[in-house]
Amino acid sequence: MIEQHLLLKRVDFIFVQDTDWEKILQKSIHRSRQELINELISSELKGRGGAGFPTGLKWKLTSEVQGNEKYVICNADEGEPGTFKDREILTRVPYKVLTAMAVCGYIVGASNGIIYLRGEYQFLEKPLNEAINEFSYFCKKINLDFTIKVFMGSGAYICGEETALFESLEGKRGEPRNKPPYPSVNGYRNKPTVINNVETLAHTYTIFKYGAKKFYDLGVQYSRGSKLFSVSGDTPKPGIYELELGMSLQDFVEEFGDGDTKAVQVGGASGFLVPRKKFSETAIGYQGKLIGISLPTGGSMMLFNSSRSMYNLLDNYLEFFREESCGQCTPCRIGCQQLLAGIKAVKKGDRPAPYLDKLLKLSETMQFTAKCGLGQSVANSFASIVENFREEMIY
Amino acid sequence: MSETIHITINGIPVEVEENTVILDAAKRINVVIPTLCYHQDICVAGNCRVCLVEVTGQKRLAAACATPCEEGMDILTNSLKVRNCRKHIIELLLSEHHSDCTKCYKNGKCELQFLASEYKIMTQDFIELYDEKVHTIDNFSPSIVKDDSKCIRCQRCVRTCEELQGVNALSVAYKGHRMKISTFYEKSMNEVVCTNCGQCVNRCPTGALVEKNYIEEVWEAISNPDLHVVVQTAPAVRVGLGEELGYPAGNRVTGKMVSALKRLGFDAVLDTDFTADLTILEEGSELLHRLKRALLDKESNVPLPMATSCSPGWIKYIEHMYPEYLPNLSTCKSPQQMFGALLKTYYAKVRNIDPKKIVSVSVMPCTAKKFEAARPEMHGSGYRDVDYVLTTRELAIMIKQAGINFAQLEEMEFDRLMGESTGAAVIFGVTGGVTEAALRTVYEIVTGREIPFKNLVVLPIRGMEGVRMSSVKIENPLEEWKFLEGVELNYAVAHGLTNAKKAMDQIKNGSASFHFLEVMACPGGCLGGGGQPIPTNFEIRKKRAAAIYAEDLGKPIRKSHENPEVIKIYKDFLGQPLGELSHKLLHTSYQTRERS
Repeated sequence: MIEQHLLLKRVDFIFVQDTDWEKILQKSIHRSRQELINELISSELKGRGGAGFPTGLKWKLTSEVQGNEKYVICNADEGEPGTFKDREILTRVPYKVLTAMAVCGYIVGASNGIIYLRGEYQFLEKPLNEAINEFSYFCKKINLDFTIKVFMGSGAYICGEETALFESLEGKRGEPRNKPPYPSVNGYRNKPTVINNVETLAHTYTIFKYGAKKFYDLGVQYSRGSKLFSVSGDTPKPGIYELELGMSLQDFVEEFGDGDTKAVQVGGASGFLVPRKKFSETAIGYQGKLIGISLPTGGSMMLFNSSRSMYNLLDNYLEFFREESCGQCTPCRIGCQQLLAGIKAVKKGDRPAPYLDKLLKLSETMQFTAKCGLGQSVANSFASIVENFREEMIY
Repeated sequence: MSETIHITINGIPVEVEENTVILDAAKRINVVIPTLCYHQDICVAGNCRVCLVEVTGQKRLAAACATPCEEGMDILTNSLKVRNCRKHIIELLLSEHHSDCTKCYKNGKCELQFLASEYKIMTQDFIELYDEKVHTIDNFSPSIVKDDSKCIRCQRCVRTCEELQGVNALSVAYKGHRMKISTFYEKSMNEVVCTNCGQCVNRCPTGALVEKNYIEEVWEAISNPDLHVVVQTAPAVRVGLGEELGYPAGNRVTGKMVSALKRLGFDAVLDTDFTADLTILEEGSELLHRLKRALLDKESNVPLPMATSCSPGWIKYIEHMYPEYLPNLSTCKSPQQMFGALLKTYYAKVRNIDPKKIVSVSVMPCTAKKFEAARPEMHGSGYRDVDYVLTTRELAIMIKQAGINFAQLEEMEFDRLMGESTGAAVIFGVTGGVTEAALRTVYEIVTGREIPFKNLVVLPIRGMEGVRMSSVKIENPLEEWKFLEGVELNYAVAHGLTNAKKAMDQIKNGSASFHFLEVMACPGGCLGGGGQPIPTNFEIRKKRAAAIYAEDLGKPIRKSHENPEVIKIYKDFLGQPLGELSHKLLHTSYQTRERS
């Protein structure tokens, strides 16, 4: 298909056919563990779930822990509003993910892999299991002791948080744990565990196949490689795109916007809303000053044009968080309720406009005090929306 | 050897061992960090977020209860950031909480109220989230009242029910803003596996879980001149009550307690210890009877090991969880219920009082006793044997209401006729105590000699280990008990239902070698009961235990069978242990219950 006037360079790694997985797997497990870890570290691949933890380091940490019982878990609980890339990876190139898990198992010394699949992706369970059967057959053939199971989630957003995911896997209520200890030493069943997002695993496949350099050459400082973006909202071409990291939001909007883009939500409900005036100073990537602000994302890019009410948007997000908080910690459980009730009260005129400042303070407290990433990140969308579209909150 | 970690807290250098959490490190230098969800007895949750502290260089605050100290940490427990966040957390909790403090049973005893007061939360800026319409109060249980509108979701009760008791009657339901602490299918506490042990009540920081109190009912009875109101007090009450009235933990206040009860207006102040002694004779005889059937008569299906039956929480637990082992329970009623039955028969007869006019009140360290007293089986006297059960805490409330200056009271003795007791009865209040008391009597019945332990202290059975086992070898028994020659009498003691489960599972899988099993539903035994003063924790339980053992040593008589009133009641009224009248008044039956 011919795309016209491509502003942003397309990358095509992830969805390239995975028919060579047997070769890649065999090749990889005949290399030394150290060599593979070094390859990953030099690629500077960071976690594609959104948090951006260096993948090579993560695997290295678990590989260094003593113990026979370790786990490799693929986090396929893709629940962030506006994200739908993992589903596509598991549908089109599942063997990449399976291979990456097995190589990871080889590196860290784990013989068990689990794919925690989002409850709503039940339709993927069967094809995934078929792929796993074939994969397992090959593993046996080459004497690789690694088994993979699919575990169906039950629909709670919080179970995408890694420690809540472990609890869920263990048959308990999906509630995040205290950290430390971290999963690399104490994860599923309190054993050393590597847990990675689907996309992260798929990228490691690329790295094992082509070497770190090819991956590293893409992107910019601190944000190397490519990334899948789930583009949705007011755009003429919604879909999934693999793009280089480090692009400016201005370029992104020029390519994907409908000409009337008012704001872009980067990173889903737990991400940031960037208003039009800040497009040119915002880049998509991990920390580090590039052109100004640099925003990480799990891939969700939601565009909004001038017909959209930012109040409704925030109301919707807060409704979501109020529902999807696990409810265990005070700042998140009650904070989300207060933020929602608060903006409603201001809108209705039951509370004066300066009450928004009190709410902003509260969202900051939530960021400092919540037990896990969910409660901590509510402030991202709340503050970025209230600060940039304050008048919409009031009038 | 664990590593030493060097940190500073508020600028003061502290050295701690590896894995020490910030909360404990702060305690070392007398820095108090407020907590709500933290409790020494149960695992760390880190969910209330009140104990947050600032670690210099970190953007986010750390939960002091859950964060281990790391080398070089510079911790601030009272920085502006910490204060502001903590105030926010308290304000949030208050906005969700039904803050009708002046009408709350826990008014003045509520940890959230303390914090609100400490941080001088004078205004409520946040929007009131508590909605009267959506909360109901569950007061169907005779023991426990659960009011969700007071709940701060700290999950102390959930962790208590799971970890200490293994019962899981309470657990977390729903998520997000609907998240609540609930029961199976949100049934009433009265309809689920709840054993009424009250450990959750003892750990609830607010008024969400409290005992059902019978204070007004008792006042009413006392002030009715036509009624003869008698009170009995359990052994563990006398070592706990002081804590509610200004004494440090571990003080015995027996004499002052008797004095206070008289001032409250009870017509007679008697002692559950009397029927504890009686229990030993009945239960001891029952054990010997079962051993005889098994060893001498060679009967094949004698239910051994025999388990104690004094703890009503344990009884309800086994009825739910191991109903197939109900025959293993001793058929003896608990001392409270024996007392009640005798009160409206023996006592009424001797004192020439119409049993209809006797109101039988007991003061217990226990909330399950309220349930026990309400059981339909407990009408051996022809009336309800025990009319009202008060906890130690309720008694303290009554003493305060009556304007009694407890510390200044003179010490008094229990009234006679069911008021005499021995040291063996006193130790019923501590885990292992029933076993020790039973051994003092059984050994002597069988051999005619005192049990061969210095000062009658059966040391191997004492302590706070969850399940303890030991044995005593029987040598040169009297003629009647010749079949016990050389027998190792094995006994096991468990406290806390999680430990009871361990012992029961041994019985179930056939690995149990013991003849006698003592179970107390609460950690530490009755002294750690759900009706005891709050807080109760490991340190406090140890102090109360020491007080109980001291009370035992101070008693002139320390063997149940030597209690003169016990000897007299058998002579004048009951006949002999396991006799017909005993059977009617002092023994009971059990029922299978569902596991829901």
